[in-house]
Amino acid sequence: MKLDFHKNHRLLFNTVFWGFVILSIIIAVVPAYYVNDVTPTPGSKPMTFEEFQGLKVYVSEGCMYCHTQQVRPLESDKMFGRPSAPGDYAYLKPLDDLRMTPAVLGSERTGPDLSNIGNRQPSEAWHYMHLYNPRSVVKTSVMQAYPWMFEIKEDPLPDDYIVSLPPDDAPKNGKLVATEDAQHLVAYLLYLKQAPIKILGVKEIASTSSNKTGLNIGESIYKSNCASCHQQNGEGLTAVFPPLKNSSVVNSDNADEHIGIVLFGAKGRTIDGVKYTSEMPAQKENYSNEEITAVINYERTSWGNKGKEITAEDVKRIRERGK
Amino acid sequence: MATSRPIAVSKSNIDEIIDEDSRLTKLIYSYLTSAVGWLIFGTFIGLFLGLKFVYPDLGNYPWLSFGRLRPIHTNVVFWGWSSLSMMALALYVVPRTSQRRLFNIQLSRQALYIINVSILLGVLSLLFGVNNGGQEYREFIWPVMWLFALGISANLLNFYNTVALRKTEEIYLSNWYIIAAFIWTFVVVVIAYLPFYQHSLGETVIQGYYMHMGVGMWFTPMVLGLTYYFLPKLLNKPIYSYSLGVLGFWTQMVFYSLIGAHHFVFSPVPWWLQTVAIVFSIGMFVTLFAGTGNFLLTMKGSFRTIKKSYSLPFILVGVIFYFLASGQGSLEALRSLNEIWHFTNYTVAHSHLTMYGFVAFLIWGGIYALLPRLTGKEPSHLLVGVHFWFALIGLLVYGFALMIGGTLQGKSWIEQQPFINSVELMSSFWLWRAIGGTFMFIAHIVFAVNIVKMKPVLSKEFETEKKIASEPI
Ligand code: HEM
Ligand code: HEM
Repeated sequence: MKLDFHKNHRLLFNTVFWGFVILSIIIAVVPAYYVNDVTPTPGSKPMTFEEFQGLKVYVSEGCMYCHTQQVRPLESDKMFGRPSAPGDYAYLKPLDDLRMTPAVLGSERTGPDLSNIGNRQPSEAWHYMHLYNPRSVVKTSVMQAYPWMFEIKEDPLPDDYIVSLPPDDAPKNGKLVATEDAQHLVAYLLYLKQAPIKILGVKEIASTSSNKTGLNIGESIYKSNCASCHQQNGEGLTAVFPPLKNSSVVNSDNADEHIGIVLFGAKGRTIDGVKYTSEMPAQKENYSNEEITAVINYERTSWGNKGKEITAEDVKRIRERGK
Repeated sequence: MATSRPIAVSKSNIDEIIDEDSRLTKLIYSYLTSAVGWLIFGTFIGLFLGLKFVYPDLGNYPWLSFGRLRPIHTNVVFWGWSSLSMMALALYVVPRTSQRRLFNIQLSRQALYIINVSILLGVLSLLFGVNNGGQEYREFIWPVMWLFALGISANLLNFYNTVALRKTEEIYLSNWYIIAAFIWTFVVVVIAYLPFYQHSLGETVIQGYYMHMGVGMWFTPMVLGLTYYFLPKLLNKPIYSYSLGVLGFWTQMVFYSLIGAHHFVFSPVPWWLQTVAIVFSIGMFVTLFAGTGNFLLTMKGSFRTIKKSYSLPFILVGVIFYFLASGQGSLEALRSLNEIWHFTNYTVAHSHLTMYGFVAFLIWGGIYALLPRLTGKEPSHLLVGVHFWFALIGLLVYGFALMIGGTLQGKSWIEQQPFINSVELMSSFWLWRAIGGTFMFIAHIVFAVNIVKMKPVLSKEFETEKKIASEPI
């Protein structure tokens, strides 16, 4: 028999079939097998039941179409954390009998990367507000709002999670209560914490971004890490996240209280007559004394504030004194 | 390979089966109407999604939310529009070039039914938020996708047997591409839906493979195969070089298979896999030159015919976009450029320049070439022109807005500006995308009108007429 692809359809299409099967096995199946079962990154944890349910909500609502979960080893990704490692995905498995392992890595970054969102934005209150109406916390966001994950209840039950909202966004009568879906989803988002491997991403952005964008370190830390709650203009969000502009804490001559809040976080405080129930996350693990100094001084001298500037010595003293 | 065969053969002079089979005409038309229905539905959703970037609070309901509608848009235009319309054309091309009737009409009719049902079920499940884990283009859960694969297999069987029982000695090049596309797609779907090697990052490796084979081993070879029939036919001259087409075929199979991982450049997927993918992405230029060179050289000297025809301009645009947009894809795979463009809207521009500028335009060219011959009814020339220009202008606006915007997005990230800047800077480009999308959508409505104009004569009359004609006098 002559080897003539033009005349012998069996030969032609067998070659086409087997050739492609072999190539596919070499380039896809074998490499996939090879990374199918990686060891988890030391320090990372499997998901709890609630967190796994949250991942299911994340998949159903298609969050991965706009958010990646892969930090590339590039300067531009440093603001999101350290470069992702294979072990970061070790706990991913098929969702159920119908659905495969979720594709959380994503392919488009319309919104920011979420690999480390649990560290970058640890505030539950912020996440609920953001899911209910992204534009209430980030004015220019184009993210889909998820009001159907919340209910308005006249008399919430004692164990209902009540979402704090600024008066303009709050429902007229009753309270906004997070449904189980929302609670699972937020649990999953807070679960997304990169287990540290040598490099501490945040510190590096602070130093590199200041070189590249011409912002000073304090401003750059503020804009990438504080402004989501306290807002770029320092005005905060009424009744949920306190304003820094004209705040008595920020403008006082004695900065100890200001430094303490940034280092150790705060919850349930009354500031300038308003009680805040949402939590301010502690920053002491994330930044050096110099960086904390820079961001505090940025806050004390921006938006018309006239607080007395501090030095790294002050931060060191408070850090050593403790809460 | 036989040494005696000449480099160029007058392949367009294949004799055609004489008697028009009205059942086949009807079947092709039903494939087309399904495809057009999905196109209108799918791109209406695309337009709605585009508007959401401009008015983010548009439709704050679960069923209208971005994350549920986006996969509906992509899957409907992939499987409903592009796939069904390509199959409609293949139903014509495969029997003609084999000089025999379709092996089994009933089989393809059932395949259409199965495919439509599978897409409908897929859309419903996506609306309820049941997707296969958010993998792009394989969002349909496995029961739905197996159904779809069943439809594809039925057509594969049908086409394969038609070619196997051909009356010509040689297998015309179109059939190489078309049948290979079916075989490859079948393999791709099986590999993509077997779960054993798809935990943790295994899923990502397969996703890169799947995402690229979906477009590269299904849409691309299929429309290329169809073009190898329509172009010489319409110009009434042989394809410039048959051998170049054969070269393109084999490099398509070898190079394209290896480049899936370029969707995950800089990701934690094994580095060597990414490098192989990048190298062969550049290798794709061979395939690309073979294909476009062949088409353009065939068209050379016939530009007057092209100007007069209403199907050839679509084909010309399709060929140009094949070259430009696939070349663009190869560039996007390079690490230095990927660093700027990956994750940005530039990718979305690329998707549309290829799936729309290349695939959809070639399909339209094929449909306008074929349907009037088949049904004896012509669409209004003016409306075909409107379709052409609205689609082209819309696509250019869409593509350029997102290419410029995407580049600026990438630049803003490299400069490490606060992330929200990259969202804010896109707002005007997203508006332009919505404007371009509106033009495209209008083009699709006009296209639907044209399809209705070309509806075949009511088959009953047709059949009785034929019966009478064939009765012995
Ligand atoms: C009226 C015309 C169309 C409009 C307005 C439109 C709009 C859109 C929008 C808004 C997205 C989401 C982009 C994002 O997530 O950032 C999208 C994605 C997509 N569309 Fe379309 N589309 C149209 C036609 C088509 C057609 C005809 C096809 C294919 C045949 C297509 C294929 C795709 C693909 C593949 C994606 C995913 C892009 C990616 O992941 O890079 N679209 N489209
Ligand atoms: C030489 C040929 C091609 C090469 C090397 C190529 C390369 C690429 C690369 C590298 C990406 C990922 C970009 C990124 O995420 O940064 C991409 C995306 C894409 N390409 Fe191509 N491309 C080629 C041709 C095509 C063709 C012919 C089609 C359609 C028929 C196509 C459709 C798509 C689609 C739909 C996407 C978006 C998928 C996604 O990442 O979500 N490409 N291509």
